Amino acid sequence: MAELLFWPALLCYGEAAVGYLGDMRRPGASGRAAIWGVRLGWLAQTALLGVQAARVDGFPWSTWAGSLNLFVWFVVTVYLGVRRPYRLLGLAVMPLAAILLVVARAGGGTGVGARSHYSNLFLVLHVGLVLVAFAGFTLAAALSAFYLWQERRLKRRAVTILRRPAPSLATLDRLASRTVLVSLPALTLGLAVGLVRLLSEGERVDAVVAATAVTWFVWAAYLVLRAARGWTGRRAAYVALAGFALVIVIRLALPAAHFA
Amino acid sequence: MRLVLVGTSHHHAPVELRERVALDRERGAELAARLAAAGGEAVCLSTCNRTELYVAAADVDAAEQAAVAALAEIEPEVERALYRLRDHAAALHLFRVAAGLDSLIPGEGEILGQVRTAYDAGTTGMLLDRVFRQALHAGRKVRAQTAIGESPASVSSAAAALAEQVFGDLDGRSILLVGAGKISEQAARNLLNRHARIAFVANRTIDHAQDLAQRFGAEPLPLDRLEDQLASADVVVSSTSSPGFVLDAATVARALHARRGRQLLLIDLAVPRDLDPAIHDLDGCYLYDIDDLEAIVSETLAGRRGEAERAEAIVAAESEKFHEWHASLDVVPAIASLRAHAEEIREAELRKAEGTLGRLDESQRRAVESMTAQIVNKLLHLPIVRMKQAAAAADGVIYAEAVRHLFGLGEDER
Repeated sequence: MAELLFWPALLCYGEAAVGYLGDMRRPGASGRAAIWGVRLGWLAQTALLGVQAARVDGFPWSTWAGSLNLFVWFVVTVYLGVRRPYRLLGLAVMPLAAILLVVARAGGGTGVGARSHYSNLFLVLHVGLVLVAFAGFTLAAALSAFYLWQERRLKRRAVTILRRPAPSLATLDRLASRTVLVSLPALTLGLAVGLVRLLSEGERVDAVVAATAVTWFVWAAYLVLRAARGWTGRRAAYVALAGFALVIVIRLALPAAHFA
Repeated sequence: MRLVLVGTSHHHAPVELRERVALDRERGAELAARLAAAGGEAVCLSTCNRTELYVAAADVDAAEQAAVAALAEIEPEVERALYRLRDHAAALHLFRVAAGLDSLIPGEGEILGQVRTAYDAGTTGMLLDRVFRQALHAGRKVRAQTAIGESPASVSSAAAALAEQVFGDLDGRSILLVGAGKISEQAARNLLNRHARIAFVANRTIDHAQDLAQRFGAEPLPLDRLEDQLASADVVVSSTSSPGFVLDAATVARALHARRGRQLLLIDLAVPRDLDPAIHDLDGCYLYDIDDLEAIVSETLAGRRGEAERAEAIVAAESEKFHEWHASLDVVPAIASLRAHAEEIREAELRKAEGTLGRLDESQRRAVESMTAQIVNKLLHLPIVRMKQAAAAADGVIYAEAVRHLFGLGEDER
């Protein structure tokens, strides 16, 4: 059953990615098809997660690949929340979602696995909050990348700038910072829950924990520098991309032992 | 009822002639009412680019003559510049007008509102109601499904659209005008239309600055105090006749510290230029001069022309729908007579069978009635569809006559 739901989700996300590319070249029908791809893909993935949870009777996304599956769902959910005025944002988000979903499947994260020995409450708080925060950072990074692209067009005085209008610089910058403002407390809480457990069980800090702490500092610096030093616009966008690079490293490049 | 259009536009008449036949809303409504007085329908569409009379009447020749005479009465010279279109061609023309495809600037959006106003002020009935509603629908569809109207068509509107690309909603954004001439004013009006706030008007002659500032509720400034306000402005629009730069990069760079990363858009509409090109290299500053803006406008106009092909296809499809509806009017009386005739026969046969049906209970009676109605509907369905198709292909009247003859439908039903 879970397998049956993975394919429609992947197909719809893939269709959305291609649709947004088409919409970029010629706004219209392909953009509308892409939006439906996101919606239907999200529904299929939601059903997939529901089936996984029902089969395990608990929180089945504590493995490396399982948490990646849940991460993709959070990213698409957050994107759906802000999508309406920023259709082109899908061009950054949906290809990433499709690729990560494939990686999650390759790691066995879309099937029905064994139940974790951790309590459901701990998993929801720790894994859930960290993944929500990472999804928010992903969106903030996409908005920042979009900002840099739009700024480059303005700086190069691209003659097509009004023919293919994009969200304004001020809007992209503001939305990215608000997303970080919401995501950072979620990461703080998720990290704190994990650290408390780590200390109470006398376990060692591994690479994932260390990298997540560095990620926290980068995103905190993003907010502090904005408020204290007026680092908005291009400089803030570069900090956001650096923070996102760490998120990707944690999700894809570090050993999976932390998730065992 | 047939449709006739008589009018002139920027394609056929120079502005000196067009302005003499231009009618305001009241005079247009009066003229339409006068043309419709003989039992027809009429709408007068008058804008700066066109004056057109749409008339629906049974006697199309007389209606056309009356419309020509009405325009010639206003300005005799216009008669040589008039075009005359009928039925499908007239409807297609109106659809193209509503979509902005017949406008001087393809896709301009104002015309849709003008068509709406003309329709509201007209004396309309079944035919003009239908054609104008469908034209408005076609116009809206073109704007929704193509990008023909999305890009600006003038330098000052391009400047305002650029400001939206930087700041998004311009509501409350602060504008600093440098120079108090016509060009500054025009650019300011485009920004005001987008709810920006003209905060300062700076000019070498402070009296001129005061005049313009008063009109916009802004503060007048001498040019030497320009730097003081750079920290608070979001958009600087400059168009002075100064031979050198009125603002250099070093001055703007000093103001950036106080701006705390806020973007600054600078529009230089002057020749020779007012603003130092090096300003564009500063972080968060975007400087566009007249050449940049003209290149953008020229590109967007090319884009509009490309989108016009897609818009033409939409308009043609909508026009075809109207044509089918209009043609079907030829066969509607015959279809109604045929249906009535069939229903009459069905009811008569049911009455004849009353003796047998009397023994049936209520549900059985309903089943028999339903079955006979379905037989009639199924028998008539294909002939009616074929008649409508024939009407769209201009053979409707022949088919209608054949049906009347074959089924013996009375002449009084026509």
